[in-house]
Amino acid sequence: MARKLTPQGIAVLLGLLVVALAVVFGDALFGEAATARNIAERQEPASLAHPFGTDDLGRDLLARVVVATRLSVLLTLGATGISVAGGVLLGVLAAVLPAAARRVAAAFIDLLLSFPWLLLALFFSVIWGATASGAMLAVGFAGVPVFARLVNTLAASVANAEYVHVARMLGSSPLRTAVRHVLPNIVPPLVVNTATHASVTLLSFAALSFLGLGVQAPEYDWGRLLNEGAQRIYLDPMAAIGPGIAIVLTGVLFALLGEVLSERGGRGQAVRAVRATTAPKPVPAAADAPVVDVAALRVAFRTADGSLVERVHGVDLHVGDGEVVGIVGESGSGKSVTAMAIAGLLGPDALVTSERLHFSGIDMTRPPGPAERRTLGLEQAMIFQDPQSSLNPALSVGLQLREASETHAGTSRQDAARRAVEKLRLVRIPEPERRVRQLPHEFSGGMRQRAMIAMGLMGSPRLIVADEPTTALDVTVQRQVLRALRDAQRATGAAILLISHDIALVSGFCDRVVVMRGGVVVEELAADRLHEARHPYTRGLIACVPDLTTDRARPLPVLEAADEELLEGVKA
Amino acid sequence: MSELAFRGVRVAYGRGRAARFAVDGVDLTVRSGTTHGLVGESGSGKSTLARAAVGMARVADGTITLDGTDLTRRTPVRRRVQMVFQDPLAALDPRMPVGASVAEGLLATGKRLSRADREERVRGLFHRVHVDPGRAGELPASFSGGQRQRITIARALAAEPAVLIADEITSALDVSVQGVVLNLLRELKEELALTMLFISHNLAVVRYVSDEVSVMRAGRIVEQGPTGTVLADPADEYTRELLRSVPLLGQALDLEPSDAG
Amino acid sequence: MTVAPPHPGSPRTAFVLRRLARAVVSLAVVLVATFFLVQLVPGDPVRAALGPTAPPETVEALRVQLGLDLPLGEQFTRYVGGLVTGDLGVSVTSQRPVATVLAERLPTTLLLAVLAFVVAAVGAFPIGVATAVSAYGGRRRTIDLAVSGLLGVLVAVPNFLLAVLLIAVFSVGLGALPPAGWGGPANAVLPVVALAVGPLAYLARIVHVEMLRVLATPYVTTARSKRLPPRLLYVRHALPNIVTASLTAGGVVLTGLVAGTVLVETVFVIPGIGSTIVSSIAERDYPLVQGLVLVYAALVLAANLLIDLALAVLDPRSAIAEA
Repeated sequence: MARKLTPQGIAVLLGLLVVALAVVFGDALFGEAATARNIAERQEPASLAHPFGTDDLGRDLLARVVVATRLSVLLTLGATGISVAGGVLLGVLAAVLPAAARRVAAAFIDLLLSFPWLLLALFFSVIWGATASGAMLAVGFAGVPVFARLVNTLAASVANAEYVHVARMLGSSPLRTAVRHVLPNIVPPLVVNTATHASVTLLSFAALSFLGLGVQAPEYDWGRLLNEGAQRIYLDPMAAIGPGIAIVLTGVLFALLGEVLSERGGRGQAVRAVRATTAPKPVPAAADAPVVDVAALRVAFRTADGSLVERVHGVDLHVGDGEVVGIVGESGSGKSVTAMAIAGLLGPDALVTSERLHFSGIDMTRPPGPAERRTLGLEQAMIFQDPQSSLNPALSVGLQLREASETHAGTSRQDAARRAVEKLRLVRIPEPERRVRQLPHEFSGGMRQRAMIAMGLMGSPRLIVADEPTTALDVTVQRQVLRALRDAQRATGAAILLISHDIALVSGFCDRVVVMRGGVVVEELAADRLHEARHPYTRGLIACVPDLTTDRARPLPVLEAADEELLEGVKA
Repeated sequence: MSELAFRGVRVAYGRGRAARFAVDGVDLTVRSGTTHGLVGESGSGKSTLARAAVGMARVADGTITLDGTDLTRRTPVRRRVQMVFQDPLAALDPRMPVGASVAEGLLATGKRLSRADREERVRGLFHRVHVDPGRAGELPASFSGGQRQRITIARALAAEPAVLIADEITSALDVSVQGVVLNLLRELKEELALTMLFISHNLAVVRYVSDEVSVMRAGRIVEQGPTGTVLADPADEYTRELLRSVPLLGQALDLEPSDAG
Repeated sequence: MTVAPPHPGSPRTAFVLRRLARAVVSLAVVLVATFFLVQLVPGDPVRAALGPTAPPETVEALRVQLGLDLPLGEQFTRYVGGLVTGDLGVSVTSQRPVATVLAERLPTTLLLAVLAFVVAAVGAFPIGVATAVSAYGGRRRTIDLAVSGLLGVLVAVPNFLLAVLLIAVFSVGLGALPPAGWGGPANAVLPVVALAVGPLAYLARIVHVEMLRVLATPYVTTARSKRLPPRLLYVRHALPNIVTASLTAGGVVLTGLVAGTVLVETVFVIPGIGSTIVSSIAERDYPLVQGLVLVYAALVLAANLLIDLALAVLDPRSAIAEA
């Protein structure tokens, strides 16, 4: 795959080139300076002539650091090679063994992994002795479990991938599947991890040599030089710091190589938060203000490359007291973003501009003051699409219901708890007294959505925003949730803003339907007059979804190039 | 002739005491040249039943036959039943060009094709599902959801299947794209006399494509019959509940509690 | 955080029992491994220990003393039997019982590791949480980049190198702290810092990443929609959800610290078991090596078990999830 080189990539390439040059030509160029004894200049501190000073035989330490590159890097590569080869072997073995043996192998890898590399390396260096090759084996073997686990995990995840099941279903032989599917999806992450691991290996090797358990005199690598330097740190700190710099820089280089090789590339650029209103208007009194009053709402997000992408292009929306309004649209239509902007819950990465963005007379483009926070906390309720994650898994349902009224209305804990039970009963959750004490994972999906509705009823809601509240649920459960939502609306007189992709659902539940596409409102009409829709998109949207009366003998009307156009919509 | 028949099929999940039957004694026949709809909610066992037919789930009891050949045993005949999945992104190798993925389908036919013939077949299949054959060299990531699903259909067709199983193939798609895929299935059915088991939680979609329909709940079939009959006059309370739950355009939702549930 | 009392048959009890069983099995594996350690040494370990010039009688005498002349099965029984009675053999070089050496030096090492762990844990949480909260959604990008860059560098610098640098700056340069030895509190400062900085940075990064992940979850959006004050938002809603990942990372840190003492004790010439294991390997003092390896392995297993138990108490859901 050809990819453009990033500045980081170029820096890493240059760094690798320098290290490679030092490995190949270091001895030829600096070998003499590194070995020539000069008793007159022994144990000199750092100077211009000897930037790292000289050792006790008067040899130049900078030259020795350069020459030591070869041994340090070659031993690192050797040890990394042992780790990768051993890990792949053990990992593959653990993947192809029969089930029982596979579990034992996995447990063994787990056990090895629970030991830090240094302990494993020490263990192995007892066996192979304090020599350079012994240390290479020791560090190499200490890295085997890491790769065994990696290969095992990668192989297991690819082997369970649906496309591998499909290949098997099509009669692809195990060998062909391995070559065409498993390997191509395992090798790239393996290469990335090898580079990263080389960095760890380099440091490990330096540590062993530093401890005197690696390279032995008269040979020397960076760890050994560091060891010798550390002993004379009072005379010449550079004697220790010099080899240290070489170790860290090369280690960082290998680690960066891993990052460059990984497909993620550089981390996504964070976005800068901007919020602004083009024309701030005086805030009317809250009492007679409409629930939602939006004019010319635009929302843009900053993308990974730093450019702004506008997702909502000037939306007007008005919701009166007790009104049930549905926003319908497909993915990328901007319906959820609009709702989140109204609720004031867009992240700091969103740039919101508008002529007016008011909830209950509160200007939602500015950070709310204390009184406004209180109003928002009590009068706004949210229900999100995924019931699995919209309640905090670590807190009891009761606490999550109570906290808004405790915080904003000063309700006592007892009163709030009583109210929570009452509200759960209102949304028809059986045994609410017992249920309030439970954690969300003890609730079914439909019950969680109803608990979210109950949570919204704890204050004095003026608006319930429900963003695809039933999309993740079965149709029979969908009815229960919608019933709870309707009961809530009738009990409190709150307005509802229902976001959905299902135009039939919205038409059956709402008073008014707003159809959005590509960030703009294409049409807005009463729910019972949907069949009079004029805009071709609305009509297409109605016609392209089969219902229980659709003529089965004829093809479904298709929205012009819906597929491709939507993709464009996402990009634009 | 290509008839897929399930007889007393049971599929177990878990082991030992924790074992339970995800599919618990299912009889179902997909008759040649027809589309059989299988409708049910999450956890009803409909996907497990499909997986059992292509050898991805072990059958504990009963038989699954294609024109009399038992598919619960390892046999090349198994390849004559092909399946398309819900999430096309998971079903396509992210590092394999889509053309190669479609060509993989040709493996199942057992025919040895020359490179030129293979390319010709792949090009034909791309045309058939309305995807530009010039893009065969691209990776799945550069296609939209609907296009990816059409590519996985092309791959299944390349296998020249006697029976095609479509498991929730439109549920991950936008509604407008869903229409495109459903129309494609119609076309294929007419042109190739395809025999199909169409699985979905969406009753309206199942009704639109199926000649016959089975309603599944908790591992069992609760109702079965010609689509028109079952939906017009459901005998089972659960089927009625399902029908009541489908929103109808312009009609207020029926939210009153029912007895079933 | 809700902490339900454990009761028999609950997933949490099962989790704890399973982890205990695993620790016992692991310990058995470690026992076998340390026993075979000497057997695995290529050639004659006794000859290797005494050097090529030692007379054959001395070699034979040591072989008998170490019991290496006995059949393998009997050696193992003696080894395990000795362990049970607290007899870990006698050091070849010092002729002192290994158990005595351990009793002398283990407390120093433990103190060092525990101090460093406390410093790392206490430092990492505020840094990780504060940087995540300030960086959430791309705010204060420069600060975020600077902090994460600094943490990245600190994670990458190995502790022995840091130890040397600290000595160069604080002992050689400023003359503020002793460069070596063990005794007063001043002796502990540099070793603890050298040990703690890397783990602190590592832990802070984990907390930072986890916090950012949690802040982006729908349930935190739900909490935001209630306009809760920051204290409730971050402490009540976010913190309990980073417990599992932080504790798991804490386990890695703790075992890493135990191993890290080997290097740091060597640099600062601290008479703990870390510096002892290095010298005993170099001197091929096998009984001492065996005892020390066993103790280190046991410490690692104990640290892992401790983290697992903490996990079961603080985050019962992870135990349930595993079951």
